[in-house]
Amino acid sequence: MRYSYYPGCSLERNASSYHKSAMAISKPFDIEFAELDDWNCCGATEYITLNKMAAYALVARNLAIAKDMPGNGNQLVAPCSACFLNLSKAEQYLKEDPILAEKINIALAAGGMHYSAGGLRIRHLLDIFVNDIGYEAIAEKVVKPLQGLRIAPYYGCLIVRPAFQGTFDDTEQPNTLDKLMKTLGATVVDFPLKANCCGGHMTQISEPVAMDLLNRLLKNAAEYEADIIVTLCPMCQFNLDAFQESVNRYYKTNYKIPVLYFTQMIGLALGVSAQELGIGSELVDARPALAKIGVEVPEPEPVKKKRPSKEELPMPRMPVKE
Amino acid sequence: METTTTQARAPTFFDRVVAATPGESHLDMCIQCGTCGGSCPSGPDMDHTPRAIFEMIQAQMKDDVLRSNTPWYCVSCYYCMVRCPQEIHITDIMYTLKRMSIREGLYKNGTAADAPGFSQSFIGFVESRGRSFELGLMTRYHLTHHPLDMYKMAPLGLGMLRKGRMDLVPGSIKGIEQLQAILNRAKEIEEAEYAL
Repeated sequence: MRYSYYPGCSLERNASSYHKSAMAISKPFDIEFAELDDWNCCGATEYITLNKMAAYALVARNLAIAKDMPGNGNQLVAPCSACFLNLSKAEQYLKEDPILAEKINIALAAGGMHYSAGGLRIRHLLDIFVNDIGYEAIAEKVVKPLQGLRIAPYYGCLIVRPAFQGTFDDTEQPNTLDKLMKTLGATVVDFPLKANCCGGHMTQISEPVAMDLLNRLLKNAAEYEADIIVTLCPMCQFNLDAFQESVNRYYKTNYKIPVLYFTQMIGLALGVSAQELGIGSELVDARPALAKIGVEVPEPEPVKKKRPSKEELPMPRMPVKE
Repeated sequence: METTTTQARAPTFFDRVVAATPGESHLDMCIQCGTCGGSCPSGPDMDHTPRAIFEMIQAQMKDDVLRSNTPWYCVSCYYCMVRCPQEIHITDIMYTLKRMSIREGLYKNGTAADAPGFSQSFIGFVESRGRSFELGLMTRYHLTHHPLDMYKMAPLGLGMLRKGRMDLVPGSIKGIEQLQAILNRAKEIEEAEYAL
């Protein structure tokens, strides 16, 4: 099967392990993700705060590009929850609000483009795996079941709510990721806050609000003795992973719960190496948890501390390209 | 003999909020049940819950609404929107209030005065490059708004760099001029709409 694919800015760098693992596991299932040509940012939650018309025009350019790729069944897949929301929201509002659509097309015309909504189906990556590929087909390919690993399945908000184009899971008590993790052989812990918010950009707006939201999630996962939190959104992963130390400092807690993507878990169960799945790029070390299922993650290359020569000044180094 | 004339009244604050929100916002249908505030993860930190804000919009309390931190503390989780029995597009209304608050300059007096700055730093890179740029965003936003807090973000930034999760130089899309032409035209339309 072939889909149009919108990776989004996060998957280029911050969440490159999400992209890498998604690509690594698409091959065994005969899935092809054709990346949109020269796509642009979806605007996250920021552009709509500043300028409504520009925000919709920004997304509409991506939708127009997607419509020019009809070979992919008019299905556009987004792995990031925020991109998924913005694409489906624009598609929906441009369809039901003709005045908005007319104005957006005046803007698009400035770039020689046009878009008529209603025909594109925006789908999240998880939806593709659980509904198009299906649990049975995934189960058949499991060679290294995640036996004994306790997983807290974390959905966050935007793939289940508000469901502009209908939903593939419950808006309050989603279950597809739970079932997927069980299919891989893992133990799924009760995680009542699984569809609660990670705070999005609140870490930059209000520290107390952001810390409280993150602490609730981490506390919930810790209480149910989860080894790993599994997520499907780069923003959720970033907040829970990169700010876990900040939460520990703020609340004097000692959480050490690694946060991985569901695509990485599928990959591990399929026997793909940790390296090919981009495991090792998380800030909270996943090695102790993964050792439980016999996965060895190669040690990260030691950071060189010695200066090349005493005369030379310390210079910033470019990160090693993968 | 007296004649009755229907005089077009000037649009109220309520009318303007509805007009600036895409689709059918259903704002006029609020029954003040409070499901929104009860569902809101940051509700306790808000100056007014969404329910109260909606009544204040009805009462044309423009300045109080646009000065409050309520829209800025909305985390866009959409819990209120799916639970609202009247199907009010609450999250979209919050975005409308944010835009109006910036236009009127009223956010400056609230407890979330830096929030628009974050959005502007983020979008600056999108407008010049077509894609977001995390390292630039963090640096520009913190240098402008929290220079003394840089030390807090430094370990996180270094960790991200070391793990190869941040770029040192931003990339750019090929069609950046096309995108800029589209966005500039869209901004003209937004200006014209707001002037009405």
